[in-house]
Amino acid sequence: MTGERARELLAKVAGVTVADASAPVVAHVAPELWVEVARFAKETLGCTFFSFLTAVDWKADGLEVIAWVDDLDGRLSVELRTRLGAGNTACPSLVPVFRGANWMEREAYDMFGVQFVGHPDLRRILLADDWEGHPLLKSYAVDTPHPPYR
Amino acid sequence: MEIKPPVPTIPAPVWKNIKDLQEWQEHHQSRPETGDKHSALFESVTEGIHAFPGGFALTTVADGFFNWARKSSVWPVSFGLACCAIEMMATFASRFDVERLGMVPWASPRHSDLMIVSGTVTIKMAPMLKRIYDQMPDPKWVVSMGSCANSGGPFRHGYHVVKGVDRVVPVDVYVPGCPPPPESLLNGLLLLQDQIAHFRTTGTRADANAKVD
Repeated sequence: MTGERARELLAKVAGVTVADASAPVVAHVAPELWVEVARFAKETLGCTFFSFLTAVDWKADGLEVIAWVDDLDGRLSVELRTRLGAGNTACPSLVPVFRGANWMEREAYDMFGVQFVGHPDLRRILLADDWEGHPLLKSYAVDTPHPPYR
Repeated sequence: MEIKPPVPTIPAPVWKNIKDLQEWQEHHQSRPETGDKHSALFESVTEGIHAFPGGFALTTVADGFFNWARKSSVWPVSFGLACCAIEMMATFASRFDVERLGMVPWASPRHSDLMIVSGTVTIKMAPMLKRIYDQMPDPKWVVSMGSCANSGGPFRHGYHVVKGVDRVVPVDVYVPGCPPPPESLLNGLLLLQDQIAHFRTTGTRADANAKVD
């Protein structure tokens, strides 16, 4: 499937805004449609390879969750983005669609504090269990005292 | 007709004619008749030693003797954290060869005297590092190797790195560099040996090395 065809199909889905022509197909999705659009990308567009999932802290505008899925045989890449809104940290989990999203969502929770609703095992993956705060948030002070070795 | 040998014969050496041996005998074998204030037991022991050919008695300060023994056999625990460990392994290998300094990299903290903190210490790793340090028997020393272990290095402004391993364990010698080449680490180990040689009283850590600071 070509990028143009994927753009056409994605633009027909309600609640999805497709960005202008660029190398990856970028789709801005509402958080309510997050799982549906991911399933659409997997089953209709053929993007069965879950590449990565991460988040961006836009300070006053809140968090944005980004997922990148690939169709390795068809050479198609689709980037899904969703804005959670200011002050909101809840996001639907993609684990029912892509099993590979499990550890990625745990990492996004670890670093950004995104609460993935429906995740089977949402706990820290890199930092220690007693860590306070989420260090990749812009509001996290680097000099936050963290006993006993800081 | 008498045939002369082409080479003049060399007379056999006579004990009395060798000046060095005379001095040696005067210094070691002969004792003054008076002025010996040692006890009779000590005198009998030294007499016995002196009767033995080539025997001599060595007296020294106990601390100096112990320090000499300590610095001649500093076993670093083989404990690598990051890329500095590659340079540390090169120092342990045959080209730089710290075994000539009496240092045997040993894979057990219970038998080791020295911990070379070679690399970045993360906050998550710091309790394990402290545990390894606690498992080592006293007296023990720590060499902080590289910028990360010294101060946090390029990760000093990160959220996850201990800003200097001296916040976790006491450090004797800091080796700068990113990473320090094996020559730097060798210099640090020699400075550590110099520091151990001035270990003042048993169990008391010496002052900071004037050559380092």
